Amino acid sequence: MKNIWTIAKRELDNYFNSPLAYVVAFSVLLPIGIYFSLILWVGAQQAMMGGPAPDPSPMNWLFVFLMIFLSPALTMRLLSDEARMGTLELLLTAPVRDFELVAGKWLGAFVFVLGLAALTLVYPLVMHNFVSPGIDWMVVLSSYIGVILVTAALLALGTGISAIFSNQFAAFFVTLGLFFFLWFMVSLPANYLTNGGDVLNYLSIATHFSQSMNTGTINLGDIVYYLSLTALGLFAGTTAVEIRRWR
Amino acid sequence: MIKVSGLTKDYGARRAIQNVSFDAQQGEIVGFLGPNGAGKTTTMRILTGYMPPTDGEAIVAGYDVVEESLEVRKRVGYLPETVPLYNDMIVFDYLKFMGELRKIPKVDDRVDEVLEMVGLFERADGYIGNLSKGMRQRIGLAQALLHRPEVLILDEPTIGLDPGQVVEVRELIKEIGKERTVLLSTHLLNEAQNICDRVLIINKGKIVAEDTTENLQARLIGAERVVIRVRGESDDLAQTVKKVKGVQSAEAKEDGSVEFEYASGKDARPEVAKQVINAGYELIELRPIGMSLEEIFLELTSADAKKK
Repeated sequence: MKNIWTIAKRELDNYFNSPLAYVVAFSVLLPIGIYFSLILWVGAQQAMMGGPAPDPSPMNWLFVFLMIFLSPALTMRLLSDEARMGTLELLLTAPVRDFELVAGKWLGAFVFVLGLAALTLVYPLVMHNFVSPGIDWMVVLSSYIGVILVTAALLALGTGISAIFSNQFAAFFVTLGLFFFLWFMVSLPANYLTNGGDVLNYLSIATHFSQSMNTGTINLGDIVYYLSLTALGLFAGTTAVEIRRWR
Repeated sequence: MIKVSGLTKDYGARRAIQNVSFDAQQGEIVGFLGPNGAGKTTTMRILTGYMPPTDGEAIVAGYDVVEESLEVRKRVGYLPETVPLYNDMIVFDYLKFMGELRKIPKVDDRVDEVLEMVGLFERADGYIGNLSKGMRQRIGLAQALLHRPEVLILDEPTIGLDPGQVVEVRELIKEIGKERTVLLSTHLLNEAQNICDRVLIINKGKIVAEDTTENLQARLIGAERVVIRVRGESDDLAQTVKKVKGVQSAEAKEDGSVEFEYASGKDARPEVAKQVINAGYELIELRPIGMSLEEIFLELTSADAKKK
């Protein structure tokens, strides 16, 4: 298990040595900051007319939405680049299990995104001081648990796909395509089906977050859904690495 | 320390190695000689636990490479042929990372130690991407030595080094080979001669010969070959040399020199020199030429074909 952390730590260092981490952080924090000020502004207008107090949950929705597009950039080169550079040969001849390698790569990306999510905590804190009697912290907690579960699943799937390819751009576009499908497409037909729509809705990454955790309700089904996707991604990655050995 | 029997590996329909068997003891340096694509790297990759064989068995440091791969990997140091390294990492950090994966106690001190061993202590704070090919080779070697492995597997360890470094690295390998088992691949016969206790010659995935380098040469040619050169005209030189007692054959070359052979153990050189000088030539060179690896291969493979 210590190997997982050793690999994750190197991956984290690697993020901060390349411009990628800063570009991703910028692309997440800037839109969320702008969004936050808009929410405050609209909230202030509404408050004058006796409207509802502003609510921080749209910002976490935006965070997850941006992650659909940005997390493929964080995971694309995790394992594909090791294969391309040949450094995979050294890792696979070190006393490290294939699963530890894949999980370590994933953990590195995950810790980075958790750091970004932690930075956005400043917004609910600021908002708390603006509204009376303060915001509902249980909703915020539920929403952040949602963010953690969604990003864990997205990054695991991305890591798994990265293990399949030796070209990081192939990994990027396949990951992006999968996320796009799971976020927008999979539940589209649900509106036109008389039955079976529930299954499609269940498969969608979006519904478990935006209609459930981000509104303050946590279902076991949602947690199981995201944890299964995380396990699936890590399993796919481990299998892909094992297949590389046999080729 | 290494015991290989009946190792076979297929890449799809192509058979990379076939029924390879050999062993290596502790304190022995074994050379793996062969042309490109002969199966050296494939065999080494199987022994390091990088990939499983299609058939056969390999025991390294007392563990099976397939069943107990992790145990094998703990005890093996490996320098891959291409020396893959992270260019955007600092030398020290890279070695520390590999050391942590191998759970070396006091890893910082050990990294300093191996950097000293390969003579790159001053470059510890530099980026790997800025190193020359020879330096990268030595970082790869440092990485392989980090955990004091019982078995060291080196794929072309001296390729890309300048002559001074080649000597240093060879000395280092010899030193390590006194207590541990070293398996190294090379395509340089003199390198194998210089450092290996024993040589395995592999061609088209099969081991075609296994012996000490001296024995191999002697067994294969049974004759020594020498080149002789004189100043000025050398029209009848080959005739003169051929007449000398003990000379089996003499052949004039285009550049004016003459190559001749004599049976091993019956040195004809003093007599040849005497006769050539007596014939009025100015002798300027008399140099033995070893058999090149290519010639050994030709010899071995044609011997193989003859048997069939």
